[in-house]
Amino acid sequence: MAAALEASEVVFNKVGKMTVFKKRQTVILKDCSFKCERQKLTVLIGPSGCGKTTIINLIAGYERPDLGEVLIDGKKVPGPDWERLVVFQETALFPWLTCYENVMFGPLARQVMSEETAHNLALGLLRKVGLEGFHDKHPSQLSGGMQRRAELARALINQPKVMLMDEPFRGLDAMTRKLMQEYYLKLFEENNATHVFVTSEVDEAIFLADNLMVMTNRPSRVKKEIQVDLERPRDWSIATSKRYLEIKAEALELLHEEALEASKSSEKVDIDLSGFSQAS
Amino acid sequence: MSMTTGDKSRKGRIRIENVEKVYDPEGVNVHAVTKCSADIQAGEIAMVVGPSGCGKTTLLNAIAGFDNATGGAIYLDDQKISGPDVNTAPGPDRMVVFQGGALFPWKTVMENITYGPVMQGRLTRDDAVSQARTLMANVGLRTDIEDLYPEKLSSGMRRQVEIIRALINDPKVLLLDEPFRALDNIAKSLMHEYLLEIYEMTHKTIFFITHDLEEAVFLADRIYVMTTRPGTFRAVIDVDIPRPRNFRVLATQKFAEIKDRVSEEVEEETMKAFEAGERELA
Repeated sequence: MAAALEASEVVFNKVGKMTVFKKRQTVILKDCSFKCERQKLTVLIGPSGCGKTTIINLIAGYERPDLGEVLIDGKKVPGPDWERLVVFQETALFPWLTCYENVMFGPLARQVMSEETAHNLALGLLRKVGLEGFHDKHPSQLSGGMQRRAELARALINQPKVMLMDEPFRGLDAMTRKLMQEYYLKLFEENNATHVFVTSEVDEAIFLADNLMVMTNRPSRVKKEIQVDLERPRDWSIATSKRYLEIKAEALELLHEEALEASKSSEKVDIDLSGFSQAS
Repeated sequence: MSMTTGDKSRKGRIRIENVEKVYDPEGVNVHAVTKCSADIQAGEIAMVVGPSGCGKTTLLNAIAGFDNATGGAIYLDDQKISGPDVNTAPGPDRMVVFQGGALFPWKTVMENITYGPVMQGRLTRDDAVSQARTLMANVGLRTDIEDLYPEKLSSGMRRQVEIIRALINDPKVLLLDEPFRALDNIAKSLMHEYLLEIYEMTHKTIFFITHDLEEAVFLADRIYVMTTRPGTFRAVIDVDIPRPRNFRVLATQKFAEIKDRVSEEVEEETMKAFEAGERELA
């Protein structure tokens, strides 16, 4: 029962979502159904523009579905809420506040705990993300990776029931990215919320996931769900294990299929592979 | 124009011998490259990796003829193309595909592709167009795009056109400086297939700089790991994965092991760069 209090179950039930831009209608999601299990890390992977951010926005409550339902613990998403927090690709730290002040902002604004409690939580989280000693720095004084870590702390201090990560490590160099993934996983393994993580990087997706949802092109739905039954705690040494490589092979096959499809029906003139030998 | 397969007499060997490059803007010595040596075989795909700012582009520029080496020498087959006593200049034998994309936005695809040979008087416009069409057909590029302007094409497509633009000059060497950096992983993997198809057809020497280690291992015959500045090669790693390769190679044990090895080398150098204050870490 403790799990129900700390973590939500997210269900997409035949969700449809469309956007209209300059009189052009685009169907982003169609008949999209899946479940994010409580306290698990669900990863969504797919090509750019396949609706992953839309899915995050629907769970967060920034948008409403046009068709079907998005259910949190059996109820429709009412709107944005501290219970479902997003860590975006671009930094959303307040530039005029220090690291510490940014992390404290949520609890203080909501006035749900004493300042002392919040302070202790903030210190603990900042230490966990390796930002001890950087409390008084402003975001502009932090490197890209450090900013990401501060954002994790800022979200987690509110103890959301769903943590939503929208390609948060995109643009970081390979080494920083690996470090960030390991930090993030440690936080996840100690944290009790449900996590939903969006990425277009196959290795990142498998490394993090309990459940991996491979998305189709637009109009998107889940092409396949893959259980990533690799033991936790994980570190990057698993990348050479047999099971990891099996999962990677399957995911690559599915993504490649979608990539070929996409290039045939692109709006802009796109890569044509009809003359190529598609090796069996 | 030769597009022969497996032509062993195909030239394009690049010998880099103890190359030094010192930039001296206003008397401030910037030592970009030092004691840098390598012997890139004709028809080899050489992938160059290393921390940011370590001298990779400087080396590419020296091979391309944009900027002269201040010490040592670079040979393309029997010709010395860079060094203190060389009157270095770029040429059609060494074509570059840049990161930012360099198609002329005010010219159509066909005009872009034929620009080089026509401007240099090596081909008439008609001959150039005809060769361009043959080349495009050979590599399976859509024929209906020739009158379009670059903005109508996707990023990936633009890259394909740029590669054709380089190839029409029948260079000995194709130099690529992080050409696919801006593309997402899926578009990138399609570009890799495209490049390898072209390679199988033409076997040109390829010198390719990247930060993407998966890309490096996937494409390479050999991977050259550069140290932090001043740059030199600290390791050359053989990628003995048979060709032709497709994306399935990415999920093999061997691939993972080679990638691990390369990562270790690059990470060590990145740490050094960090400690030297060259870059911030995480």
